Amino acid sequence: MGVKLLLEKAQVEGIRTYEVYRREGGYRSVEKALKTMTPETIVEEVKKSGLRGRGGAGFPAGMKWGFIAKPEGVPRHLVCNADESEPGTFKDRYLMEFLPHLLIEGLIVSSFALGSHATYIYIRGEYAWIVDILEHAIEEARANNFVGKNILGTGFDCEIYVHRGAGAYICGEETALIESLEGKRGNPRIKPPFPAIQGVWLRPTVVNNVETLASVVPIINMGGEEYAKIGVGKSTGTKLMSACGNINKPGVYEIDMTISVEEFIFSDEYCGGIPKGKRLKACIPGGSSVPILPANLTLQTAKGETRYMNYESLADGGFATGSMMGSGGFIVLDEDQCVVKNTLTFARFYRHESCGQCSPCREGTGWMEKILKNIEYGNGKMSDIDLLWDIQRKIEGNTICPLGDAAAWPVAAAIRHFRDEFEWHILNPDEAQKRNYGLAHYADAIHVPTTI
Amino acid sequence: MIQFSDEKLAKVKEIIARYPEGKQKSAILPVLHIAQDTFGGWLSSDTMDYVAELLQITPIEVYEVATFYSMYNLKPVGRFMFEVCQTGPCMLNGSDDIIAYIGNTLAIKPGETTPDGLFTLKTVECLGACGYAPMMQLGKNYREHLTKEKVDAIIEECRKHAAANN
Repeated sequence: MGVKLLLEKAQVEGIRTYEVYRREGGYRSVEKALKTMTPETIVEEVKKSGLRGRGGAGFPAGMKWGFIAKPEGVPRHLVCNADESEPGTFKDRYLMEFLPHLLIEGLIVSSFALGSHATYIYIRGEYAWIVDILEHAIEEARANNFVGKNILGTGFDCEIYVHRGAGAYICGEETALIESLEGKRGNPRIKPPFPAIQGVWLRPTVVNNVETLASVVPIINMGGEEYAKIGVGKSTGTKLMSACGNINKPGVYEIDMTISVEEFIFSDEYCGGIPKGKRLKACIPGGSSVPILPANLTLQTAKGETRYMNYESLADGGFATGSMMGSGGFIVLDEDQCVVKNTLTFARFYRHESCGQCSPCREGTGWMEKILKNIEYGNGKMSDIDLLWDIQRKIEGNTICPLGDAAAWPVAAAIRHFRDEFEWHILNPDEAQKRNYGLAHYADAIHVPTTI
Repeated sequence: MIQFSDEKLAKVKEIIARYPEGKQKSAILPVLHIAQDTFGGWLSSDTMDYVAELLQITPIEVYEVATFYSMYNLKPVGRFMFEVCQTGPCMLNGSDDIIAYIGNTLAIKPGETTPDGLFTLKTVECLGACGYAPMMQLGKNYREHLTKEKVDAIIEECRKHAAANN
């Protein structure tokens, strides 16, 4: 069993209530932070911890906090990004649903560190029932003087509000989220200025993911240095993975980033292997945006080394032969799945979610969906594959926000690793309607050339 | 007549107070949710104009927001809306079959409403329930691990609910 810092108490009966959460040691970090630490020393601890943003980009959280501007007389805000929408990702939902007080605890400490007296949780609109859970937890915390005026007699005031979105993946991008919080369409802003200088209502703002802010609790309790000892290299602490697709035990797992991908997929402690003894065909390890890998590159790097569940190892080989940790949305495809169909559903997703602001993304996502539909339903041409490649290249890097990249990468990786499957669809349009291409050579061991 | 009850107006006031003075436009998403729930499950232009008036903003500011976010319905929908996820992980677990089954059972296509106004079938993109696929949203909650039998039971449950509340 790996170390658990966030979900350790998730199965304790009644942990959703303040009473049980407090009895189990909850809110200790608030007492420690507000009574014995300064905002500066808290930021310092988070920097020492090496905590990286858990929303997808993996940017060092302490460094992000360090950027916040502190102009005289201008209020600052912390905004919790709970707009979890990346296909394959459902970890923040689990955390908020079962451990709402852990998030509230992290929010109070983080608000104190950043000087936010009004903190917002921007939650995706579809998680409607979780709004009630969070609002109830906030009221419980308020009744116990952890939220509101003069928290624990320290003179620190902090209100936490839940702000419900209304269905838009793009609002998970921090500047789109800020626009949405201001009551507008979720169109990302051009940076700079960064939110740390001019964020919501043009005030200095820090936007952090749910899991990132919950991780502040163990960091304060154990100290940044101790936290950094867990994990490996620049992948410190624990990471929540939401595992789904063709596995025996889909769900949310907390890992300490030292286990191998093979162990994660096949051990009973985690995904429990693939149903009906089928073989692994492909894996998307960090949410729909990250490159899909064939089985052989999922379990091993191109150099033939074991691949591990951490930021560095998952990215080993770059986009040519690696992928990314991303949001931790871990999607497994078995031997009977169709990579073309899977890529089509993602392309449709990004077309649906593009905000429409930048032409390459607005137009390109639609073209990619249309072409993939043609290939999947037997109307593809051989030139379509290169056309798809060309379109995704022209989206990547040419948009205001990373949604364009997120739409381009899955298409690029599918063609890079599964080109023969696309060709088979085009050459055998009738057969492709009746059966899937299957496993081909994707699960064969990697041939590692020896150089002497 | 588009008009919130006093109780709902108090709620709107409470929501506006969450944001800084003069930034009441921030309340638009939560207030549109309340408006949609109150006035028949969709946002007519009268409803949107009313929300604009409440928040002291121009109607166009409400229209542009209402048309951007997928949860706001801009035309009438059935009393029960089945919003079935069809993205990657749900597709891998058979969401296509579930969508087809609901369509056949209710004799409607995605985007349509049954003639009795009871059911709307809508396909949606990832709702964050990938580990519990296939799934759909029904009102405020998720229905997960869907099978044909479960779909039958949900339809029956909705019909009973409708009959009891007519």
